Amino acid sequence: MKIFIKFDFTQFCSTILDEKLDELNIKYRMLNFGEIEFLEPVPPDKLKAFDAILDTYGIEKIENQKVILVQKIKDTLIDMVFNTNDAINVKSSVYLSDKLGHSYGYLSNLFSEVTYTSIENFIILQRIEYAKSLITNTGLSLTEIAFRLQYSSVAHLSTQFKNTTGITPTAFQRIIAKRRELKNNKD
Amino acid sequence: MQEDYTYVVLADDDEDDRLFFVEAFEELKIQTRVDIYKDGVALMDALNVPDSVLPNILFLDLNMPKKSGLECLIEIKSNNRFKDIAIAIYSTSASEEDIENTFVQGANIYIKKPSDFKILKKILSDVVTINWQYHTNGLDKDNFLLRL
Repeated sequence: MKIFIKFDFTQFCSTILDEKLDELNIKYRMLNFGEIEFLEPVPPDKLKAFDAILDTYGIEKIENQKVILVQKIKDTLIDMVFNTNDAINVKSSVYLSDKLGHSYGYLSNLFSEVTYTSIENFIILQRIEYAKSLITNTGLSLTEIAFRLQYSSVAHLSTQFKNTTGITPTAFQRIIAKRRELKNNKD
Repeated sequence: MQEDYTYVVLADDDEDDRLFFVEAFEELKIQTRVDIYKDGVALMDALNVPDSVLPNILFLDLNMPKKSGLECLIEIKSNNRFKDIAIAIYSTSASEEDIENTFVQGANIYIKKPSDFKILKKILSDVVTINWQYHTNGLDKDNFLLRL
């Protein structure tokens, strides 16, 4: 038997943080976008213990201000790509600068400097990766996937998929299916 | 940033191709470290040294003496220690059969060797950048397929 699960990463991470901070008896307040404010000074040994706990969950404390802002940009964009239920009607550039309070020019330069890619390419990559996970893990047709990811047509999705990965969605689907078959034969 | 450079390894028996490859990386703005091996046996011996530093991206020529790129690929994919290495096939062949077969065997990237140095630089830069995206954004490497 096989089941498919979907995670809410934000909720998952906040729950862990809540539990662990309470365990360590640290007074805190959760702000948006993975920001935590400590409400009183935290002794170094407790802070060290907290870092060690975070590490076991693959959560990392970010020290560098530029990296923090880039992470905020990524979180905002991912939220935009995945929360397709409540359609965002403004352009991504307007949405980003409104949400983060910096000009789009500044954000976009910083993003390229730190990540070696542009915001536009990051959005495309995220959408294509989302399409891939829908192709491999659900029975949705390409038409349904295109609709869900707000592409104007299947052709548009297929073209962008091919331009980004060099292969068509159908070839991708076939390769993943064959890989699974090969793996099942080995096991 | 987790690391400050991308560690790249190439196994290729053609001397000119090796030379171009190293030179192309020297001209990229992304920090890389490049090691090369002349055949599949030398490569696998180096990878199999316990506790050796593993490459982020491994480029495999398909046609090599002693041990082919496909043999290396299958060997690497059957060893769990190597699961985080992104594998790029780097070949003169553009046969659909080779491409699909190596993808099915677990390759992430398939590159048809270009004859133009500028194009090579662009391709290698794209590969390192996209691999970096997968690495830093926690994307699902099982879905990492790229043909250039």
